[in-house]
Amino acid sequence: MSATLAFFQRLEKERYAAIAALAILSIVSALLSPFFLQWQNLLNIVRQVSYTGIIALGMTFVIVSGGIDLSVGSMAAFVGCLAMLVLNAASDAGLQQGTAVAAAVGCAVVAGLACGLANGLLVTKGRIAPFIVTLGTMALFRSLSLYMANAGEFRSASSLFGELGSSAPLGIPLPAFILLGLAAALAFVFKRTRYGRYTRAVGSNSRVARYSAIDVDTTRLAAYTVTGLMVGISAVLIAMRFNSVGSSTLGVNYELDAIAAVIIGGTSMSGGRGTVWGTVVGAITLGVINNMLNMVGISPYLQGTVKGLVIIGAVFIQRQRQ
Amino acid sequence: MTGPLFRVRRLRKEFAGHAVLRDADVEIRRGEVLGLIGENGAGKSTFMKILSGIYEPTSGTLELEGRPIAFDSPSDARRAGVSIVPQEFNLAPDLSVAENVFLGAELLKFRWLLDRARMRARTAELLAELGANVGPEDRIDGLSAAQKQLVEVCKALAFDASLLILDEPTTMLTRREIDRLFALMRSLKARGMALVYVSHKLAEVKAICDRVIVLKDGELVREAPIAEIEPAEMARAMVGRELREIFPPKRKARGPVVLEVRGLTSPGTFADVSFTLREGEILGFAGLVGAGRTETAEALMGLRPSTGVVRVAGQDVKAKNAGQAVRGGFGYLSEDRQGSGILTGFGIAENMTLVSLRDYASLPFVVDREKEAAKARTWRQRFGIKAGNLDAPLESLSGGNQQKVSLAKTLDPAPRVVIVDEPTRGVDVAAKQEIYLFLSELAAKGTALILISSELEEIIGMCDRVLVMREGRIVGEVEGEAVEEREIMYLATGLQAGANA
Repeated sequence: MSATLAFFQRLEKERYAAIAALAILSIVSALLSPFFLQWQNLLNIVRQVSYTGIIALGMTFVIVSGGIDLSVGSMAAFVGCLAMLVLNAASDAGLQQGTAVAAAVGCAVVAGLACGLANGLLVTKGRIAPFIVTLGTMALFRSLSLYMANAGEFRSASSLFGELGSSAPLGIPLPAFILLGLAAALAFVFKRTRYGRYTRAVGSNSRVARYSAIDVDTTRLAAYTVTGLMVGISAVLIAMRFNSVGSSTLGVNYELDAIAAVIIGGTSMSGGRGTVWGTVVGAITLGVINNMLNMVGISPYLQGTVKGLVIIGAVFIQRQRQ
Repeated sequence: MTGPLFRVRRLRKEFAGHAVLRDADVEIRRGEVLGLIGENGAGKSTFMKILSGIYEPTSGTLELEGRPIAFDSPSDARRAGVSIVPQEFNLAPDLSVAENVFLGAELLKFRWLLDRARMRARTAELLAELGANVGPEDRIDGLSAAQKQLVEVCKALAFDASLLILDEPTTMLTRREIDRLFALMRSLKARGMALVYVSHKLAEVKAICDRVIVLKDGELVREAPIAEIEPAEMARAMVGRELREIFPPKRKARGPVVLEVRGLTSPGTFADVSFTLREGEILGFAGLVGAGRTETAEALMGLRPSTGVVRVAGQDVKAKNAGQAVRGGFGYLSEDRQGSGILTGFGIAENMTLVSLRDYASLPFVVDREKEAAKARTWRQRFGIKAGNLDAPLESLSGGNQQKVSLAKTLDPAPRVVIVDEPTRGVDVAAKQEIYLFLSELAAKGTALILISSELEEIIGMCDRVLVMREGRIVGEVEGEAVEEREIMYLATGLQAGANA
């Protein structure tokens, strides 16, 4: 009985630890700087974390299923380059701006799905460890982007494309809007659907899942494909934001930020446990830390140090609880 | 001759108040091979684990050469001269033979550096003594089972063992390898070493041992010089006990045939398994560990590649994965509850619907949690699962309750053919009785059951017909009155039925 009770206390702690940390961090930030709580600053934080946050939503599925995806940053650059080529080709062909933008978005989504599917197939059908597969495709996607752009950047020929990137429906930046929308959708998928249940089961113990007539391969394949889709959406949003794609700069270290958001959000690195909203909280936490460091005037070069410490600290706390 | 090398007095071991070893007195003499036999659960492994320092006895004493002794750990026992060759090899596959022999007790020079030359030389010496065709530099994962076993023996002998325990050493060996092992045992014996030989294979016990002791339900029930006891009598001593009345009455089931298996073969594990099963029947699968029973079940469930014909109610159900098998009407309760049965971090309800989650969809893909909880409550009531909260994770439940959840999971899709593999392993007597009753009721309602069990008592108490497997083949079928322990034991161990009965 007491063991049960203890477990629930732990469970609740895990669920709310990330939110509690974010709340404390926000209070500290608000005390340190009067600008922190300004609406514009808060929106700015959310917009900044949206791009990696969206990727982190997919990463949550991959990590809960017991895998990892290191290729997301390079994949974003690759998909971004492809989308740009389509956008400019469509504009050159004299298509309407709206049509050209739609074609670019469609291309990003399809290319993202295809890249994710490729990762997933190598992991499941190829029976190669996810770390190795995505380490390989990380190098591959980046190299293809550099080749396509000759290591330079693609500039968008469409003004509408760039305008969309800085649009803010209802006063909320477009990427933040999309992050929250996708988070709501994927949280529902994760908690309420068969697929979400299977993802946790596979990550928890794939042998039990296989013996329970769950299609383990398809479940894991879907996690990588969802991540590819998220990368596609994220890539096109970043491309809109800058109205260009830098083949060597886009997506650098995104895998780090995405994995960090998932971990800080309370998802277990060994799989089987996690939440989608926790990942959103994790992503925002990273944004708040950066924002705070900026405001108190700490060198931007040291931000990586803090981020690294936070990741290690979050995992350390998880370990202590187990 | 002086006194015995090793003496065990009134040795007792209890787990949670349940005695698995009851005040056993045993003498182990120099220059002797002592056979230790008994059914699964008789207390053999507990006895060995106490001797080799893995368990501490609840009460009783160990004496080595007349002096009382207590082991704190296996390495403690090893230093005192007691070594064990375990049934499951305990070798690091990527290390060399010499590195394995001295693993955890490396010889050193200059206090910090490994003395690899000395370890290699000592290993080579031991291997030569054993007549092993293995070099000290060979890697473990390139060795055969027999060679690995020799490495284990080598490991045991590297520390001047005076008592060597061999746990089921011949299960993985061929006839010729067994002969070599026996020759080795005789030469060790001639050097004055004491050996304890634990085995299910009674003919081998007869061949190699000088004396035999029989454990049954934790008690030492028989001790005899080998000349005075025949394998048939050993079998009788092992199993001849009153059946406790925990089994529901058997029913004769004569429904139509629901499962037909023809020539099921999985190369290297089992071959040519054929049988039929009727509605409402409980068919027993008896045999020793490693006889191929679980592997057969896994093949039926599509969890293991195999060839042959499988028909459920006339339909071909040769499954390539568990999903196909479940859709074809199969249900499987795995013998390995923690490893492949339940998710310990998942809640009770989530575990129960793991196989049948499709049936709980309100919209496509969306789980109807109301319906799921309602079904979980029904199962909890039917099985008397003691847990207030259906979201409680399984790790907070007792073994018996976990097993009931696992069984509910297996049965939730309403399979026509249910395979239960060691359904009462690690479960207390009260839960056992409940599970037996439940399985019996299930059969009465027309479900066809296959019961795989290493507890003969269970097979005999539950089944009207029993198939016996040995070394990957069905070696016999007993039915009705013939379902009794001796007959099954003869078949399972490879002795002729009826011999010396």
